[in-house]
Amino acid sequence: MSWRVAVVAELRDETDTARTLALDIADWSGHTAGQHVDVRLTAPDGYTAVRPYSIASGPGQQRVDLTVEIDPNGEVSPYLARDVTVGEQLEIRGPLGGWFVWRPAQTEPVQLIAGGSGLVPLMSMLRARAATDSSAPFRLLYSVRRPEAMLYADELIRAGKLEDVDVSLTYTREAPPGWPHPVGRLDAVRLEVETWPPSVAPTTYICGPTAFVEAVADLLLAAGHEARRIRTERFG
Amino acid sequence: MSLISRGFSGRRRSSDPNLPPGQYLTEDFPVLSAGPTPRVDLDDWELSVTTETGDVHRWDWAGLQALPQDEPTVDLHCVTRWSKFATDWRGVSLDTLLADVETAADYMLISSYGGYTTNVPLEDLLDGKAWIAHTYDGEPLAAEHGGPARLLVPHLYLWKSAKWVRGLTLSLEDEPGFWETAGYHNYGDPWREQRYWGE
Repeated sequence: MSWRVAVVAELRDETDTARTLALDIADWSGHTAGQHVDVRLTAPDGYTAVRPYSIASGPGQQRVDLTVEIDPNGEVSPYLARDVTVGEQLEIRGPLGGWFVWRPAQTEPVQLIAGGSGLVPLMSMLRARAATDSSAPFRLLYSVRRPEAMLYADELIRAGKLEDVDVSLTYTREAPPGWPHPVGRLDAVRLEVETWPPSVAPTTYICGPTAFVEAVADLLLAAGHEARRIRTERFG
Repeated sequence: MSLISRGFSGRRRSSDPNLPPGQYLTEDFPVLSAGPTPRVDLDDWELSVTTETGDVHRWDWAGLQALPQDEPTVDLHCVTRWSKFATDWRGVSLDTLLADVETAADYMLISSYGGYTTNVPLEDLLDGKAWIAHTYDGEPLAAEHGGPARLLVPHLYLWKSAKWVRGLTLSLEDEPGFWETAGYHNYGDPWREQRYWGE
């Protein structure tokens, strides 16, 4: 698999610490929702660093969007989320990953559960569904630290583009005024209320930090969901 | 010739000869797995070896512990690009496990509690190159890292070191496992950067 040149066509700040890079990639053959690409940076002295980033855009879009959350201890993410400029060229290869994906041919109910920037590959699935007139029932449960940390807030809530998707939020540090639910880690009660029950036999995609994914997957198993229908992607 | 990102300097530029190409060092122990973490009770735990003729050898937890134990210190290399040096393990060498197993097989398919599978040539598992590991850093191996026991094949990318190992099937034919059929390399040598299919 060879490296290709991607041109940064547009930059969009999503939050104070996350930015979307819209890339033009010559001869891009498309991707499946949930896949990622490797991004390679080369310093002037020849030093290179490669990191995987999930694709946020749906398949079939002209540009490939990557949303990069800054890891303060990271080597690559601060550069991509702060320093990159429009017109700059990056090297990428992919798309990669054949397991944590959703295909429009899937018609079963789908449960998406995101922790923080783990929303990115799930957003690609939501966009893929919207673009293909899929009638697969989708629900999203999205855990964020605080309201300002929410990615794609306009698209998820205000613009109503996903009006037939049940989007639920949970806040771990700070909630908007008047928020009716407890603030803190997702617990079994909230998880049960906000997700498809085991009787619906959804395919569940969980993405987020390791501790979040471990905790949520354990709660789902305890609630009676089948392990084989739960797909996970973890980072950190 | 690579594209240069002028504003990018990077940090970890020490060229450690023990670090395979494209990897970076971490002190953490990140977790990568495709589904929920299986929780296996030691009373129910079992490891089997099945030969190409259908002979089955079984060990329960006490049986595994009764075998001669090794204490390898090895470097780990994950395909997601982190490497971790000098990790301390305790477990049973596959040389010990397979000592009384009659086989003409060239390949092994490793299967796990939870359904994961991976394939490794048998010669990569013998002569002190692989273990069934149950202790990490002096403690029982945590479930998210593959406990009660995982395969440890440190000279290949870490997805080959199947967590929650349950069965080893010897075969005359190579049969790709879970990630190997999902786009990852069939062999997975970190020093040749065999990350994806076709590399």
